This record gives sequence, structure tokens and C-alpha cells, in this order.
Amino acid sequence: MIRHRIDRRGIGSVICGHVYLWLLLALLYAPILLIIIFSFTKSKVFGNWTGFTFGLYQNLFNGYDFSADVRVDPNLYRAIIYTGVIALVAAIISTFLGTLAAIGLFHMRQRTRRVVSFMNSIPMINPDIITGISLFLLFVFLGISRGLGTVIIAHVVFCTPYVVLSVMPRLQKMNPNIYEAALDLGATPWQALHKVLIPELRPGMLSGFILSLTLSIDDFGVTFFTKGSNGLETLSTFIYADARKGGLTPELRPLFSIIFLTTLVLLVIINIRAAKQQNMKGDSKNSPLTN
Amino acid sequence: MKTIFHNRRTWAGPYIVFMVLLVVLPLILIGVYAFTDMSGNFTIQNFVQFFHKTEAVNTFIYSLAIALITTFICLLLGYPAAYIMAMSSFRTPAVMAMLFILPMWINFLLRTIATVELFHMFNLPLGEGALLFGMTYDFLPFMIYPIYNTLQKIDPSLMEASQDLGATRIQTFTRVVLPLSWPGIYSGIIMVFMPTVSTFAISELLTHNKITLFGSLIQRSFGEGGTTMWNYGAALSLIMLIIIGLTSFFGQSNETEVDNQKGGLL
Repeated sequence: MIRHRIDRRGIGSVICGHVYLWLLLALLYAPILLIIIFSFTKSKVFGNWTGFTFGLYQNLFNGYDFSADVRVDPNLYRAIIYTGVIALVAAIISTFLGTLAAIGLFHMRQRTRRVVSFMNSIPMINPDIITGISLFLLFVFLGISRGLGTVIIAHVVFCTPYVVLSVMPRLQKMNPNIYEAALDLGATPWQALHKVLIPELRPGMLSGFILSLTLSIDDFGVTFFTKGSNGLETLSTFIYADARKGGLTPELRPLFSIIFLTTLVLLVIINIRAAKQQNMKGDSKNSPLTN
Repeated sequence: MKTIFHNRRTWAGPYIVFMVLLVVLPLILIGVYAFTDMSGNFTIQNFVQFFHKTEAVNTFIYSLAIALITTFICLLLGYPAAYIMAMSSFRTPAVMAMLFILPMWINFLLRTIATVELFHMFNLPLGEGALLFGMTYDFLPFMIYPIYNTLQKIDPSLMEASQDLGATRIQTFTRVVLPLSWPGIYSGIIMVFMPTVSTFAISELLTHNKITLFGSLIQRSFGEGGTTMWNYGAALSLIMLIIIGLTSFFGQSNETEVDNQKGGLL
């Protein structure tokens, strides 16, 4: 059926189409590729090729530039660790909270369900800056000093709605009676949740968890307003401060390359896994990327 | 106690409390701060102050214009790309789609800085042009993906029927494909317009602080200047919130579609 359509459109327009797509992709990837290329040279100024070397990678991992006898900014490492800790804790809390919420939401009456769904969509629609400022005002209003805790709470706020949305399709596909069956057979609600519901919902919970991790790692706006001024930085806010100071720390180039390639590999693995599951179950709603 | 847990409806309880406290209450606080002065008395002075400063109003209009132009460029570049991908016989269209989506997963600040470095390398000046290029570059995938998604779901037999019934290829496009892809276009527009109209970091980096957007204006009110500007900043946030609310209100008929798109996108 698809080939049929192509035949009608003629080979010329097909080639034009492909050229357009590849040009657009080249444009999208040009800056990324440039950073990767220039992570293999040691010049402070970007775009200035001073010969191939792994120097920046060595600096990044040593925390010290032996050739120039200077330390790589220790705040960079602190920022990396904080980014990881915040993402992990926020994703775990969001997955737990969001899964329970999705189950509750699924069994609500139509009207309450609509109200809660609307509330759930607010953090997804709101721009970062609004979420950030509104939480900033809340913490100030309640007299809570900002720091690691407030950043984690803020990340849970914008991650949980996505967990709810990831778990929902699994609930809709699940046999609604198995939970009751478990209770009838003498399971406590906790056992029924633990042994019956969670195994059924696990794929949705997993994509919600991964989604939360990426959203949290990627966030800048909300973190910016909730991190306080005690020197807490995540990778995003560190990069922002660094770039505003003028020249970018050269070691960010290898770091960026590593992050990019890790993301690439992770995405490919996730999608291959999803495609396999799809083939096995004929289930098209599994890939966190293309779902 | 037992009956409470048996009813699964109550399982959403913690999340509802959480959201009322951390989503609804904070938004109400923006309103409260916007309509009060520093000592907590009711006032509309914050809004008067905004509308009296031509500089601030101009920044607001300029930001809206920049966001609209960016959205329009993204639509202009993105729709054909999504269309070609959805209609073509790539052996693996999924891989192609993934290549377009992949940049979305990379921190937008890193991507923005990469763009800045690109401009440096070719000795191009930072400013309005860089701003438009950088924002288009940052948000183009958000336009392509939802449009691709809806185009892909269109039943090919509809297009064949249209052509068999005598419509030209252009007529088939304008009368069949375009109307059916409207939900995708709508979510694309929302997903590009919302972040571009509210951004502050991107514009600062891409223009070296030469151009101030509305988002930066808000951010500065909450910046180093202490508490004196918070009420003014809240008023500006409320204006932004109204813009966001209006944008999503115009597409309310497509609401469920947007939710699906967003849920699938990230």
C-alpha cells in the first residue's frame, strides 16, 4: 500500500524529500558533532584545533590538569553528583506516588476523575519558570529554607504527572477483576498491590521512572528557583553559571560527549527492547519513546 | 481502616493532598503576591507599574513576537519533514523519527551552548538572528514529533480514495491530510510556543544579554535584588500565566489529544 503511493509521487520528489530530511538532520546535529570533535583537542577556546588528544578526558577523570598544573573546578563534580542524587530520589518518589495515584484515579467517579486529571495536567502545561516561581513563593511563604530537599520536592511535582500518564495505559489494559480476585482469595490490600497489581503495572512504572530520571536531569528552570543560594548546583545550573561567566570550562566538552553517547546507547537499547516486546505481544503501547 | 484501603479510589489521596499543597496553593500564591504590596496590603500597583513602563511592555510584546516567529519557522520547517517521513517508504521510519527526537533528550542548555559555539566558530554575531536560529534549533523536534505521530495514523486509503475520486494531489493535501493532521499541528504549536515565550536562559546565552525577553524580566525580579521586586515579579508571572492559559484554552477541544501527545513525547 505504501509503495503504491510512492510510485504515484515519482522518484524525483522522493529524492528531494530525502535530501531535505538529511539536510535538516545535519543542521540539528552539527553543533552536537562539533562539540564531540572539539572534545578531542585541548584548546581553551572552542573551534581552535590544537591537535588530537585525550587530554580533556584525562582532566575530567583526574580532576586535575597536569600539563597546566590547575585543578578542574571541583564544583563541576559536586554538580554531577547532586544531579544524580536528585534525579534518583525524585524518580523513586514520583514512581511510587504516581502509581498509587494512577490506580486511585482509574477507579474514581467520572467527575472527581476529571478534576484530578486537570490538576495532574497543570505541571505539564506550566512552563518551568512558572512552576519554579510558584514553588519559590510557597517555600518563602512557609518559611522553608531552600536546598536539596526543596529541589527534590520540586522535581517530584513535575515528574509525577508523567508517571501517572505512563501507568494509566497499563491499567486500562489490565483485567480489572484480578485485584478483587486476590482479595477474595484472602490477600490483604498490601499483598494484592505487591503481588498482583505491581507486576502487572511494572512496564508502565518503568517507563515512568525513566521518564522522571530524564526530566529531572534535564531540568533547569525549576531547579534554578528552588535551589536557594547555599551553593547547591546541578549540572544544568552549573553550566548556566559557567556560560554566563564567559568561556565554558573546556572539560564540559568531553562530559557533554559522554552524556550524549550514553543517552544514545540507552535510547537504542530501550527501543530495541520495546520493539522486541511489541513483536512478542503485539503490544504497540510499550516504547517510552514512541508510545 | 480496612475498608478505606480496600477502596482503591482512596489510593490517590496522598497525591491529591500533594498536588493541592504543591501545585494549586503555589499558583494561588502567585496571584496573592501579584495583588499585594510588600507589607501585604491589597494593591494593583504592580500591574500599573508594568503598564507604565514602556520598556517592560515593549519587552513583553517583543517576546510574544519572537515566540510566534520561532513557532512559525518550526512549523514551516517541521511540517514537511514530518510529512515526508510519514509518507515515505523508509525501511525503518522509526529510526529516522528517533534521529529527530534524540536531540530533545539532551539538556537544552548544552544544545544552546553548542549553538553559541557554532556561531563563535564561524564568527557570526550573537543577537536576534542567533536567538531565532538557536530557539528554532532547540524546539524543532517538539514540532516534528507530534505532527509525524498524527500523520502516521492517517489511514492511507483515505488519500487513495480522494485521488481516485478525482482530487489533485494538492487538493488531497489541503482537503484530507491537512485537516486530519490539525491535532498534531496544534500540539506542536503549543509545545514550541510555551517554552519559547517563557524562556530566560536561552535568550541570555544566545544574545550575550543584549536582548531581554519577558522571561528574563521575571527572573530578574526574583534575582539578587532582595525581596523588593517579588510582588512585581509575581504580577509579571501572572501575566505570563494568563498567556499560557489562553493558549491552552484555545485548543481545549483538542485537550485529550494534547495529553496523549505530551505523555508519549518525552
